[in-house]
Amino acid sequence: MSFLLSRVATLSITAAILLYAVPPLLKAEAWVALAILCAAAAGICYLYLSKRHVPAKYLVPGTVFLIVFQLVPLLYTFSIAFTNYGDGHRGSKEEAVAAIERESLKEIPGSPDYALTIAAKGGDLVFLLVDRETKAVQAGTADGLSNVEGAEVSLTGKILSAPGYEILPAGDRDAEVQALAVPTARGAIKSSGLSRAIEFEKTRAYAADCDCVRGEGKEWKASSETGYFVDAQGNNLLQGWQVNVGWSNFARALTDPNVNGHFFNVLIWNFVFSIASVFVTFVLGLSCALALHSPRMKGTKIYRALLVLPYAMPAFALMLVWRDMFNKDFGLINRVLGLDHDWMGTPASARLALILVNLWLGYPYMFLVATGALQAIPRELTEASGIDGASAWQSFRRVTLPLLLVALTPLLISSFAFNFNNFNLIRFVTNGGPYAVDNNLVGKTDLLITYTYRLAFEGSGGLLGFAAALSTFIFIIVAVTSAIAFRRTRAQEEVYS
Amino acid sequence: MRAIRVLGVTAALGMLLGAAACGGDPAPSTPAKDKGNGKLEIWADPKRTAALKPFADQFGKENGVTVEIKEIAENLQQVFVTGSQQGSGPDIVIGAHDWIGNLVQNSAIDPVNLTAAQKSSFEAAALKAVTFNGQVYGAPYAMENIALFRNTELVPTAPATIEDLVKAGTDLKTAGKVSEIMCLQVGAAGDAYHIYPIFASAGGSLFGTTASGDPDPKNVTVGSADSVKAFTKLKELGEKGSGALKTSIGNENSISTFASKKCPFLISGPWATKDVKTGGVKYDISAVPGFAGGKKATPFLGVQAFYVASKAKSKALAQEFVANYVTNKDVAKALYDADPRPPALTAAIDAVKGADPDLVKFLAAGKDGFPMPAIPEMSAIWGPFGNAEVAVVKGEDAATAAAAAQTAILAALKK
Repeated sequence: MSFLLSRVATLSITAAILLYAVPPLLKAEAWVALAILCAAAAGICYLYLSKRHVPAKYLVPGTVFLIVFQLVPLLYTFSIAFTNYGDGHRGSKEEAVAAIERESLKEIPGSPDYALTIAAKGGDLVFLLVDRETKAVQAGTADGLSNVEGAEVSLTGKILSAPGYEILPAGDRDAEVQALAVPTARGAIKSSGLSRAIEFEKTRAYAADCDCVRGEGKEWKASSETGYFVDAQGNNLLQGWQVNVGWSNFARALTDPNVNGHFFNVLIWNFVFSIASVFVTFVLGLSCALALHSPRMKGTKIYRALLVLPYAMPAFALMLVWRDMFNKDFGLINRVLGLDHDWMGTPASARLALILVNLWLGYPYMFLVATGALQAIPRELTEASGIDGASAWQSFRRVTLPLLLVALTPLLISSFAFNFNNFNLIRFVTNGGPYAVDNNLVGKTDLLITYTYRLAFEGSGGLLGFAAALSTFIFIIVAVTSAIAFRRTRAQEEVYS
Repeated sequence: MRAIRVLGVTAALGMLLGAAACGGDPAPSTPAKDKGNGKLEIWADPKRTAALKPFADQFGKENGVTVEIKEIAENLQQVFVTGSQQGSGPDIVIGAHDWIGNLVQNSAIDPVNLTAAQKSSFEAAALKAVTFNGQVYGAPYAMENIALFRNTELVPTAPATIEDLVKAGTDLKTAGKVSEIMCLQVGAAGDAYHIYPIFASAGGSLFGTTASGDPDPKNVTVGSADSVKAFTKLKELGEKGSGALKTSIGNENSISTFASKKCPFLISGPWATKDVKTGGVKYDISAVPGFAGGKKATPFLGVQAFYVASKAKSKALAQEFVANYVTNKDVAKALYDADPRPPALTAAIDAVKGADPDLVKFLAAGKDGFPMPAIPEMSAIWGPFGNAEVAVVKGEDAATAAAAAQTAILAALKK
């Protein structure tokens, strides 16, 4: 029965995706994507309608999620690491050219101020223009201006009716209104909103023959290396586009002294921070779990609820509260302890404070998982070791802990990976600080991820391509560390199982 | 067995690619070519959405279109740039004028064409703030700058110089009436925006100026000799000096400390007025004073403006709304009523200033204000400048701090 239900669910999700995705794909004439989609849907239908291939039925959903949430972001990040994608280089060259030309439209000084009415004649869009001074009425099309007779003009200059023209309601044919430029001797009349038109001249224009932008007596050549139009002096126009930059983002991460000069110090603190965080949260969480696991303990339910409390509150708010508690003059900690210590102003205490905050935020999780794992260990084992003459510590050290670690090591590794990239904590509590007076690039509590963020986003706007390259390096570090740890766990499992 | 797995994975991958291809497809939302969609979408932050609603509805009624206002709670600029790029952006966005540089370099907004008469109806500083690369890029509607709040029960007359201010604060602190000399947010990371008037008064600057009087991104002057002198002056006000500037006073506690009367002076903006009133402090507002014999203490001037998105689906309608509708005096006044910041339209200022004495004082304090540079390079300044500020406030060497900031800014600008 449940098997039938799950089949129905899977097939209907597939059908829903198909329904959602096919019309836009048809419209965009994306035949390849459409073919892939249909083939995939057919494959899934076959898989879940047939009685064979039972293991695949279980594997496919998980595989889909793995691909969607792990593999695709990873590959996408990796792919943009090869571009200069970021602020100033988000769009295509055509978009940049269009923006440059739009910016260069200058109102011709002394040109008439036209009141605009948008109309149509025989299906073609027409601008009905009233010169606000002379009250002369003209019709503007892509061919130029012509006079209009017998038009009824309102006080504001709007045309109420004109013989042979159909007045269009506001918002109609917006794209055409935008595109229409009525040629004049000096430039072109374009709409400025729906009630005004202005005579413009384009002071800069793209020229295909030299692949450059010309205007105002200057020339900016397109550079496919930087994604900018650059003049002879090396000054670029602001609007750029996305280009492929090969390995240069990776090369910069490895060769730029601003990046790699601090890399190892940051890396060492990063390891210290994440290992210390996992260790202290695990020790405290496990201690609490052991205390509450003891059969002599009373009121365990209340204690458990209280212990989970920090876990139940929003971490963001708690981080800010902790930051304020460490304030030198106004903070609770200095007041209670009667100290005058600048916690966040000295490297050692700022680091200690971070680990303390992380301990508070993290031990309920360790407590929860340790409680669960402890309950899975039969009490007979510790009782037996007790009969054999082992002390409580010995039976914990030799029996309980190894069995616990078999279950918990994967979680400890994932906790390590999480803390290795614990961006929020650093960002909210210290923001990388304190900084040495002669070094503004990297703070004493910066993790690789916060350091990367600052380099990529705070200095010069969003450098997403560069950030992606740095993220790739961080991914490699975390992946290698985790892989080594998992390998060791497997060895451990073989010993104890 | 192996074949089955391969089949399953292929199917999943195929489905996913199909979905991805459809997700990245920009076409479906484009309306049919011959028919306008008669819809205007505006993005604003939560503070402004409520204020805008009535005008948007009225504009919609007048023009026979629907106007939708969408509230973007976090990081509006980033969301707008990304959304615009993907083709899911709005027609109009409302934001601070110092976004312009970044929005322009991402081809995200279009110039707004105002008539000479419209231009002259704005406060000159507001119009200058939204002018970028020689084009007006937005219709300004509100201005804001920081000023000096003082507790008039403790300090009856406004200090003429920073020295007077520090002396008055120190005397009150020695007498045990207050716990702080002055509340100016520095925080652990520094705050270039709030310290700027004092820094400028001491002769410091961020950029040189181009021939046209705009900030010159090629000439960063944070590490210049004049700026080093200014940082030295900040050091004298810092924790090892008079103690007027402290890293323990930050964004989270500066206003509340003043509102609870523990601080005789607060340097902040119009947004602080509400808390100060709630705290029951008798206050007055005046310009941030400069150093005796120093330059003027020019605060940064911030302007809120309406922008037309380059990828607007109803761009003509959006142009109409921005250029010809929100530049109207009644609309400006109503926006002020909903969110009391000094309006950018001179006529609207005249209409509201009788009822709001604080507004007049803020305007007077911002008279010499310096429009915050809108160039994208400005984003490289905040972090390093803040760190240098924190270092000197803590009593570190000013020259070293300024040089380090200069190095960091240049490194960031090099890209």
